This record gives sequence, C-alpha cells and structure tokens, in this order.
Amino acid sequence: MKKVGYHNSITRKLYLSLVLMLSLSLTSYAQDAAPAATATPTASPTVSSGGDPVKGKEIFNTNCAACHKLDAKATGPALRGVGAKYEKAWFYKWIHNSADLIKSGDAGAVKIYEEYNKVPMSAFPQLSEADIDNIIAYTMEPKAAAPVPVAGEKVPGTDGNAGGISNNIILGALSLVMAILVVMLVLVNNVLRKVAAANGISVAPKEPTISIWKAFAKNQFLILVSAIFLLLASAFFVYGYLMQIGVDQDYAPVQPIHYSHRIHAGSNGINCNYCHSSARVSKHSGIPSLNVCMNCHKNIAEVSDTTATEEYSKDFYDKEIDKLYKAVGWDKENQKYTGKTEPVKWVRIHNLPSFVYFNHSQHVNVAGIECQTCHGPVQTYEIQKQFAPLTMSWCIDCHRKTEVKMEGNEYYTKIHEQLSKKYGVEKLTAAQMGGLECGKCHY
Amino acid sequence: MSSNKKYWKSVEELDGNSSIVEALRNNEFVEEIPTDEFLGNGGALSSTATTRRDFLKYVGFTTAAATLAACEGPVHMSIPYVVQPEQIIPGIADYYATTVFDGFDFANLLVKTREGRPIKVDNNTMVGAKFAANARIHASVLSLYDSMRLKEPKIAGKTATWVDVDSKLKSSLADAKAKGGQVVLLTNTLASPSTEKLIAEFLDKNPNAKHVIYDAVSESETLDAFETVYGERALVDYDFSKASVIVSVGADFLGDWQGGNYGSSYAKGRIPQGPKGNQKISRHFQLESNMTLSGAAADKRVAMSTANQKQALVLIYNLVAGASIPVTLDAKLKAEVSKIAQELGKSGSKGVLVSGIQDKNAQLLVLAINQVLNSESFTTVGTRQIRKGSNQKVAQLIIDMKAGSVHTLIMSGVNPVYSLPNSKDFVDGLKKVSLSASFSLKEDETASITTIAAAAPHYLESWGDVSITRGTYSLTQPTIRPLFDTKQFQEVLLSLNGIAGTYYNYLKANSASIISGSTWNQVLHDGIFVGTIPTTAGGTADYSGAATALAQSKGAQGFELVLYTKTGLGDGQQANNPWLQEFPDPITRVSWDNYVTVSGADAKKLELSNEIVANGGLNGSYATIKTADGFTLENVPVIVQPGQAVGTVGLAFGYGKKAALKEEMQVGVNAYSLYKGFSNVQSVTLTKAGGEHEFACVQGQKTLMGRGDIIKETTLEIFNTKDAEFWNEQPMVSLDHKEVQATTVDLWASFDRSVGHHFNLSIDLNACTGCGSCVIACHAENNVPVVGKSEVRRSRDMHWLRIDRYYSSEETFAGDNERKENISGLSSSLSTFNEMESASDNPQVAFQPVMCQHCNHAPCETVCPVAATSHSRQGQNHMAYNRCVGTRYCANNCPYKVRRFNWFLYNKNSEFDFHMNDDLGRMVLNPDVSVRSRGVMEKCSMCIQKTQATILAAKNEGRAIVDGEFQTACSSACTTGAMVFGDINDKESQVAKLVADERMYHLLEHVGTKPNVIYHVKVRNT
Repeated sequence: MKKVGYHNSITRKLYLSLVLMLSLSLTSYAQDAAPAATATPTASPTVSSGGDPVKGKEIFNTNCAACHKLDAKATGPALRGVGAKYEKAWFYKWIHNSADLIKSGDAGAVKIYEEYNKVPMSAFPQLSEADIDNIIAYTMEPKAAAPVPVAGEKVPGTDGNAGGISNNIILGALSLVMAILVVMLVLVNNVLRKVAAANGISVAPKEPTISIWKAFAKNQFLILVSAIFLLLASAFFVYGYLMQIGVDQDYAPVQPIHYSHRIHAGSNGINCNYCHSSARVSKHSGIPSLNVCMNCHKNIAEVSDTTATEEYSKDFYDKEIDKLYKAVGWDKENQKYTGKTEPVKWVRIHNLPSFVYFNHSQHVNVAGIECQTCHGPVQTYEIQKQFAPLTMSWCIDCHRKTEVKMEGNEYYTKIHEQLSKKYGVEKLTAAQMGGLECGKCHY
Repeated sequence: MSSNKKYWKSVEELDGNSSIVEALRNNEFVEEIPTDEFLGNGGALSSTATTRRDFLKYVGFTTAAATLAACEGPVHMSIPYVVQPEQIIPGIADYYATTVFDGFDFANLLVKTREGRPIKVDNNTMVGAKFAANARIHASVLSLYDSMRLKEPKIAGKTATWVDVDSKLKSSLADAKAKGGQVVLLTNTLASPSTEKLIAEFLDKNPNAKHVIYDAVSESETLDAFETVYGERALVDYDFSKASVIVSVGADFLGDWQGGNYGSSYAKGRIPQGPKGNQKISRHFQLESNMTLSGAAADKRVAMSTANQKQALVLIYNLVAGASIPVTLDAKLKAEVSKIAQELGKSGSKGVLVSGIQDKNAQLLVLAINQVLNSESFTTVGTRQIRKGSNQKVAQLIIDMKAGSVHTLIMSGVNPVYSLPNSKDFVDGLKKVSLSASFSLKEDETASITTIAAAAPHYLESWGDVSITRGTYSLTQPTIRPLFDTKQFQEVLLSLNGIAGTYYNYLKANSASIISGSTWNQVLHDGIFVGTIPTTAGGTADYSGAATALAQSKGAQGFELVLYTKTGLGDGQQANNPWLQEFPDPITRVSWDNYVTVSGADAKKLELSNEIVANGGLNGSYATIKTADGFTLENVPVIVQPGQAVGTVGLAFGYGKKAALKEEMQVGVNAYSLYKGFSNVQSVTLTKAGGEHEFACVQGQKTLMGRGDIIKETTLEIFNTKDAEFWNEQPMVSLDHKEVQATTVDLWASFDRSVGHHFNLSIDLNACTGCGSCVIACHAENNVPVVGKSEVRRSRDMHWLRIDRYYSSEETFAGDNERKENISGLSSSLSTFNEMESASDNPQVAFQPVMCQHCNHAPCETVCPVAATSHSRQGQNHMAYNRCVGTRYCANNCPYKVRRFNWFLYNKNSEFDFHMNDDLGRMVLNPDVSVRSRGVMEKCSMCIQKTQATILAAKNEGRAIVDGEFQTACSSACTTGAMVFGDINDKESQVAKLVADERMYHLLEHVGTKPNVIYHVKVRNT
C-alpha cells in the first residue's frame, strides 16, 4: 500500500506545478473572455425596464432558474440583456402563456420555439406584469466583471511551495551565520595562540585522561543497560513502523475531477444515498455513474460565487464541472449529449484486501449505521480521504460494542428471543450474534 | 550402537558392476545441466556486448529499482459506468433464464451474472423446466471465456469482415444456382422451431439445396426404429420414476444415452418410500459390457458383450411377448436373463426396458417389449427432439462431395473432420467443394480447412429457441454482449434469405404463434413455455422379423470394442475446458485422459497391467487397437476395469483433439476414427505395445474391504425386516469399562448451536448416481483452481468436492463384510485380505461425494498453530486464508482428507496455463470468493458466501428464512435429490427430517468428529 507521505510529496509537487501552469493559462483565457462578456449588456444600456432588480432576482431564482441562466444557455436561452430584444407586451404574453403566442404565429416566438428543439416554456400565469418587469430589470443588470487574477496574487495551492522556499532561506541564513561564527572562533583561537607564542607562554599539555568512550566501554553494567534500552527502543519503532504498513488512514489521493463532498453533502445537504444508491442493497456503496451527476449538473454548469473558498476559486470549480461534461459527453453550448464519453478513472480510496468480505447493505440498511461512522464527517471534506484505519481491530472493536438493531426486523425475532434468554440481556452486540467469527468476513 | 544395515533405493544398486549406479552415485543431478554447452561457446560469450561487470551492474540496478518500486503500493482505479444500466447494481447478481442445446447436451438454465458477466449456470426450477444441467453444462460457462475461441470471421485463413462473408456466400449461392451445383446445410440437430423455419425458407429459395443433420454420436438406428413404428423421427422421453422394474440392455441412461438427463426421474424411484417395514424402491437390472454409471447404480448388473446383449434382448422378447425365437446364449447367462425377463414380465405396466444397442432391430424390440408391457414409463407424450441425425444422409453427402456435385457447403455446430470416422474422405470431398463455410466457436479441425471460418457466438451470447420435447418451447437469451466479432448462423441465414432485421425480431415474430396464451416477456422470463403436449400415435412393425434378424446377427471377431462418451468430455465439443479435463471420470477416477478399458481376465491374457508407482501415480500399459479393415490406433493407454465384460473393451469419444486447443488439453486418442458406420460396437484386435503410460488418477482400483463405517449398505429386505441397529450399526467404545455409543463420548465441551442457524448437508447414497454436476458446480462457485495433469498425478488436485467410487470384491458390499467377519487365524486373514483388495470381475459400485465434513469437533482446528481454521456456531468450519501459514498440520490431521493445499500459485502463472492465467478466463471467477494464493490451505466452506448472502437478503427484507432458501453450489446442482442442504435448527426443514432418519450415519463416526455432513445408508434392491 502506498506511503501516504511520500506519495503526497512527490505527486503533489507535480500536481502543483501542473496547477501553476494551468492557472497561468486560465489567467490569459479570462483576460480574453472578459471583454466579450461585458460587451452584451453595454450594447443596449438605454433600455430601462422600470422594475426592481433585487425583487427580480428573487422571482428569477424561484421561477426561472431551473431552466434559464443569465449568461449561459441552459434548457432555455441565456437571459442577460433579454429585455432589449423584445417588447414588454410580448414578454407578458410569452411568460403568461408561451404556447398561445407560438400558436398565434408570432415570428419571434416561433423562432425561439424552433431553436430550442420545440420544448415549450411552461406558462407562468401567476406572475403579475410588475413581477415580469422586475425580472427584466434583473436580467438587464450589467454583469459583474470577472475577477482577473492580479499578478503576484496567491495562486491556489501554491502556499505550501512558497512556505518551503522561505523556510529554506531562513535555514540558509541560519547556517551561514553558524558558519561565520565557527570561522570566527577558529580565527580567534589562532590569534590567541599566536599571541601566546609571541609572549612566550607555553600552553600546558593536557593530562592524558581516559576518553569517555573507553570509560563507557569499561563499564559493563552501563553497556548492558544501554543495549537493553537500545533494543527496546528499536523494537518499539520497528513495531510502530510495521503496524502502519498497509494502513492508509487519511489517504487522500488526487482525483481526476476535484469533487467536493463539502459542497454536495455539506452546503447542498444531498443525502449520501442519492448518489451512492447501491449502498442500501449491495456490498458496494458504488461510485455514482455519470448520468447520476447529470441529473443535477445538466442545469448546474457553474457554482455560485459563494461556493468559492480562499483556496479554490469559482473559476476552478467551474473548470471541474467542465471536466464532468467532457467525460459524459455533454455539449454545454447546444445543451445535448455528443455521445463521446470518457469514463472517469477515480482513484479508489478505501481498499479492503480481497480476502475481506464487507457488505454495505448489511451496515447501512440492516444496521442503520450512519455513513459518517466509518467515513468521517464527509460533508466537511473538500478532498475525500480515508477516515477510518480499516484495520481488523477497528472492525472488531465496533462489532464488540455495537448493539444490533433488531426491532422491527422479523429475521431477528426468533434469534433475539433465544439469545437474550441465553445471555440474560435485552440488547445484543454483533459479537454475541457471532460477528467475530473468522468466516463471517473471510471467505 | 549404530547399525550397519545396508539400505538401498533400488535393486539395481545392489549390483556393484552396474554402470548406471556408478553414474548416479557421481552425479548429483540425473539430467545433465547444460553448463558446458553454454560456457563452452567461448566465441559467443566474448562477442556479447554485455561484459560480466555490466551484467552485475544490471543485476544491481534492477534489484535496487525493484526494491524502490516496491516501496509505493499500487493505486487502484475505480471506474464507474458513464450511464449505468438500470438493472445492473454492482455487487448484486442478476439471473437470466435460458436454454442450452449444443447438439449433444441440453438443459433449462438460470444463468447467474455479476456486473454483466455470466459466472455460473444453475438449474431452472420453473414448472415444466425438467432438464437439468450435467457436469458439461455446468462447465460451459467457462467455455464462453475460452481464449482459444475464433475471434473474428476468416476467409481462407485471413481475417475478414462479415460483409465479405455475406457477399461471398451470396455469390456462391448464385453461382451454385447458375451451375446447378448442390448447396448443402450440414448442421447438428437443431430442435429449434425458428431455425428450422429459416432453413425451410432457405430451401425454398434455393431449390438445389438440402439440409443434412449430423449427430457426432449417432442415435440414428433408434430414430429409424421409432420412425418405423410411430412415424416421427424422435426419441422416447422415458419417465423412470413410474417404473418398479427397470431393465437396461446396454443403455447408460444415467450417462449420455439418448441425451441422458434421466437422473432425477430415476432417483425418485430409488429413495425408499412407503410405510415402515414395507418401503419400496425400484429394481434395476443392467446388462452391459462397459462399466457405466447406470451399471454402477444397478441392483443387479450382468456383464456381457453386445453380441450377447442382442441375444438377451431377443430372449426377453420371447419371454415377455410370448414368442419363441431361437437364441444362442450360454446357459448361465440364459438363466440370469430369463429371471430378469420373468420379473419384468410380472411387473407389467410398472416395468420398462431400455436399450443402447445401435441396431434398428434391437430398438424395434425395445418398442415391442414396452408396448407389450404397456409400460407407464414408456410414453410417447412429448417425445424428445434432441437427436435427428441420419447416418445414411451423412454417408450420401460424403459420396456427393467426393463426386464433386456439392458446390456450396455451409456447416454449423459440427466438426466432421474431427468426428467422422472417415474424415479423410470428407477432407478429400471438401477439396472438390467450391465454397465451404463452418460456423464454429473454435477454429477447429473443420473450420481451419473450410473457405470461411465463421466465428459463431457461444450460447450465452445468442438468441434462440429450442423445443427439447414436443409441446415445450424454451428460449435461449444472451446474458452478455458478444465478446468477439461473431455472428449467429441464423443471422447469416436471414441475410441469405433476403430478410431484413435481426434474428431476435424473427424469433419473436415466429414465437408468437407457438406461445399462444402467454407473452414473449413471460416466456423469456420463465425460460420455458409448456403448451399442449401432443402424443405421438403408435403403430406396429414386424417385431418377430426384427427379433429373428437380431438373433441371427453375428458377434464381433476378436475383441468387441464398445465406444462410449465420458461424463467429463462427452462428444468432445468442450475439449479446451480445463474443468472438464481435470474432472475425474466417475468410474475409473482418471482425469486428463481417455484409455481403453479391459477386463481383468483379458488383461492377464494380454499381459496388460496397471500399477501404482512410488509417487502414488497410476501407470498403465499401452495397447494397439487394430480394426478389421486394417486401421490402427497406436499407444492407447490401458485401464484394467473391474466389471468390464470379458471379450469386450471400451474407449471414450471426445479426446485426441488437436486444433484450437491449449497444449495441455491435447490429450488422449481420437476414438471417432474407429466409429466405422456410426456403430458404437466394432471388432478389433488388441495387442500390447511398449512403454508405460502415466495416468492422472485420483483413486485406486482397490476395494473397501468391508469397512462399513465409510459406505454403509444394506438390502431392501433387511432394511424392511430388521431394526436400524442391525443395518445401520452405531460404533461402540468402552467408557468406564462399559460399552457405549461412540457418539456419546466427548473429549471437548460442546458449544451451543441451538440458536440461530445450524447448517447440515445430507447426502443420500441411494440417490447419488455419480454424475459429477456437483463437482463442476463447486468449481464454478468457489474459484477452485485447475492444476494440470502432472499435479493431479502427484495427488495435488484441488477439488473441494470429490466423488469417491468404491468397489466390492464380492457380489455385494455386504458380502465383503461377511467374508471379513469369517476370517479366522492370521494366515487366513492375510490371504483373504489380499484377495479382497482387488475388485471382483463384476463388483458392486457405490459413489460417495465427500467434501469437508464440517465437524463440530474438528481435528483440523486443534492442530492449527495460527488458528487459521476455526469453528462457527452455524456449523461451518471456517478457513481464513490470510491467516494460514501453510504448515499443513490440518490436512494431516483430517480423517476425511478433504483439505487441499496450494502448492503453487495457480492464477496468473504461466506454468499453469489454464483459465486463471488469462484475462478472459478470469472473468468466470466468482467475485464473492477469494482467489487463493500459494502456500495456503483451502477446502469446502459449505458455500458460506451463499448462506451469508441468503441471511443478508432476509435481513434486508426484514423477514424470516423459509426452508429451501439455503443452498450450496452442490446441493442446488444436484437434481437427483441426493444432496439436501438446510438449517437443522428449523425443525420443519427437510434436512432436519433427514437428520432424524433411520438411514442417517456420519462418516467415520467412531472418530467422534460429529460432522455436519450426513450420509444415508445405501439400500439395494437385490
């Protein structure tokens, strides 16, 4: 099994240099794209919608955001600056009942209908004209300028490297000072000797004493004690070293797509079982297939500004979503699948040896154990890691302590009755059920 | 004081002048090590670019690099689907009902797939699906992943596309039409309504075409006889469960006779039933020449040559039908046969007679006798459709081919170059055929010389329908996407017929009229549809004429060679299947070979012998078989077979194949070359040839010598009239100077097993026919490795489940016992034991499946220094492979010898180039069972992965487990009902009742191991 530390230090450096390179290219791309993006709203700034953009945003998010985005095509067209394209009356008609408008043969309406694969927009008769004005006002807000990374600004993830450099400088400076001190001492000594020689003072030769090593070698008791000490100490360290072989707690490999459980399970509160659905029925929890990702990400092509952290920018996350699109073969522009797929090669984090049988459904469905019990506070993990040591003692400890959830499960009725009589207890642990027998997990 | 005794390793050593001894004494290695050859070549050594120093540097660098590389563990990738198919959940098995018929074997199956890979076949237990998988069908899932399969179509040996194949066939058909040449479709028996319809349409479109059906192992004579009487080319589907007297004249109906698959109906009548004291089982007489499974199961077996069997059949006809055709049979046999005939006659409609004699007259008599008996077992309701081949038509085809009148020959599912006796004629004829195509799984003997080698898919990748018996309709459905660029014969026929669309659509459309009252989806789900089953109306024929002709038929000159199919390889289609090659024959217990079986008397005469050599391996002489027309088969290994009729020898089909076979599988001799005129009986002469053959035999030919604590056997009469203590004796031991039952004495405190599940496996020796399905099912379920011939010879076979075969030296096992009891005095005992050791000319045979007995007081557990094997309260003896350090103490301490040691790494090791050494073959592995590594012990786990899965399923659904849910691979493969598995803490379960049965005993009960595997005393109706 991989040595976590080593693995990180080598691959991380490589990865960081890659990130560095990528971020440079990102910067240049962003600079190209920024003027183009800002061009649209400035084209017709004269149109005044007369609505309240703040209220409009609220209405937009509740009613429109499922299919529309301001700056990108989704199920429907991008809406930034849309107020300049049509009359207000047209908007009222279209939003209240688009099908009627299309039927009436309105050229603009038919064009949009055709362009978007004849998917009609749902009717929103509940929206008042004022509401619609507000929405239009919101769509007419100019786009906030894309944050252009300023040269010299901290590039995400490079602080480790930067720290290393400064440490080295400090260390170098310290050692330089030390070297100077040593040289100075030698010089002073020389000068003193010369002065002594000049003054005719003879330095008394030292009494020949037994060196400390020889004294040590003569004291057999001391040798014995220190030998025992050394042996015990080395045994301690060798044992410690051997016991961590193959234990990959905190193993957090770099994944092909930076998937953040913090955003999905934490901020958005998505149930683990939504994506890892087979955990309830199968031995494998299952890595979700990409079509599961697309259930949401068909409409979520970018993260919100609030998602970005100091370490990971919005831009970074959006690129990761693009990786998903590339893998699943989703053409963001035209909102359709291209059919060109590249399965994602995730790095497996929890590697149980093949001679261990572990079944998720037993623990998740039957025992009702929270995922977090073994996988840690996943909802806080930006990068998923192995939380538990996954050693046998860890399994066994839990089997010894955990009381089996038997209520309401007819399978246990008879066994519970018999066993509770036998042990004289109401609650039974997995161990009492035979959960420590070798063959229950090794076959 | 040290002794000055002289020890010697061989007699040769005593001869001081022997040069060999001197040479051996001086040489450490018997074989010369080629150092001189290597170092002596100074020129080559000095001219090499690598100097000695460089070499050492390379060694140093590679070692250092390997060490460094080892510091970092492997990174495992996990690649999910892009779009996950709805029905696939990783980790959950899917089952598909399907049907197999490959021209020889057939069964209704349930195929287990994991993550889209078929990994095991089970029996379909739907009502109406009565044909169960035999050993070969259980192994067929591995043939799907055969790395030697034909992976794409080839034209003249070069890789081609299907478009090329299609156009080539079409232009050839047009050419044949223009030139008036014959077009022939040569196929195996199809029994497929839609394929037959397709072929009929093809024949309509090509008036110059004809369809020839060819069965490698012919039942043509039987079909002819049935056709004469009943007007339908079909076979009778016997129901042996309704018979109280079964007479088989040379028919191995528990083997492959007429397709076989009679085990379950036969076994129904073999388990004692009825009120206590008057329990009944059927009575089975077997007249045969080779020792077969049926002969082994018979209550009374008479060894006789086929010539005598013919006479016996006429005699039975005389006595049952009241005819008086003169027969020539010696007095002793005549008396025996007469007795059998009288009993058969008395039984009336409860009697049945079957025969495997390949002679139309003999088969007519079978029909006649059963008609006279008005036998209930003999029924023409729903006849078997699985053999249709015609010897005459095949012979005519070869004549036509040689005459050059066949223009285009399209073959499917046949390998005539290998399986025809006159394959040379066929090859000559093929040269005159303008275009030939062979649809085949492999680039076999035929496909490699035809113009087009058309890669056909395996049945687990194909669509199809089969009507095994009339009135039933089963579907074959793919369980995996085709692994290679293959195309079904039917798809190509569709294209040749100019029909657009896939065969699937054609099949579905065609099935609509057949499955009236049901739906396509329902039939696909069930795998079978049972409609109204028609009865084939009876007629009559000139039976007495047939009897007269049969009585006058001549016997063989010299030896009578009886050709048969072995349980392992059958007709040889799956010769590249390592499971089947390593499967020990139930009778001879020899794997990896075919051989000529010779009776003890004849062997003595011809100085042929078998002997066990120092390493425990069996050696045998070679013989040369010569037919009357001068054909010789050289170096055929000899097995001296107890029970072989004197004057006859046996040889199995299916071996001696060379094409598209891994080197290790190219074993045996091709018996088809002796199959002249499709007659399984040939006149041959047998002579001893030089040399010794090394067999891979897992059990000697010795007898049980009356050790009744292994096989307990009694007769029906004693069983009914005496107490259980008499025929199922309990071993007694002395405790405090009192004799008590061995089972009551205990060295250990037992531990409470009354809570939860307690598994027991029951094996009824009465129902076990030794068919071997369980052995292969166990291989598939538990990833049992294949070790190869030389390892099996060293007794290193890895079979978790073996079927021991025991002979008796007397007529019965009870006779053995009696003789043993009557020994008095040392000299008498020595001589008697010596005599008893070798099996008699016509021994009784008993089969006993033995796997880990899961002892409650397991001797293996107490000796393991690392506690790698331990006990569970569910009754299973656990084996933790990762804990095992390979001391093998457990195997030494096991009284049942069921533990298997991994002497080598059997996976990903080119030294063991079987399925586990290639990526394709490893797809068959069961992901729920560890693949064991070198140096660990393994053994039967009582399919703990299956019992645990059953428990978990119940827990997940929150319900109690019902009886019958718990199954092991062997118990679910066993269709005779011999193996029953279950929870004995469920007092209502079938197995709990079996444990309480009077016939129950444990293997080596006196050892006090308290096993969780139980056996039932064999009751013979002698």
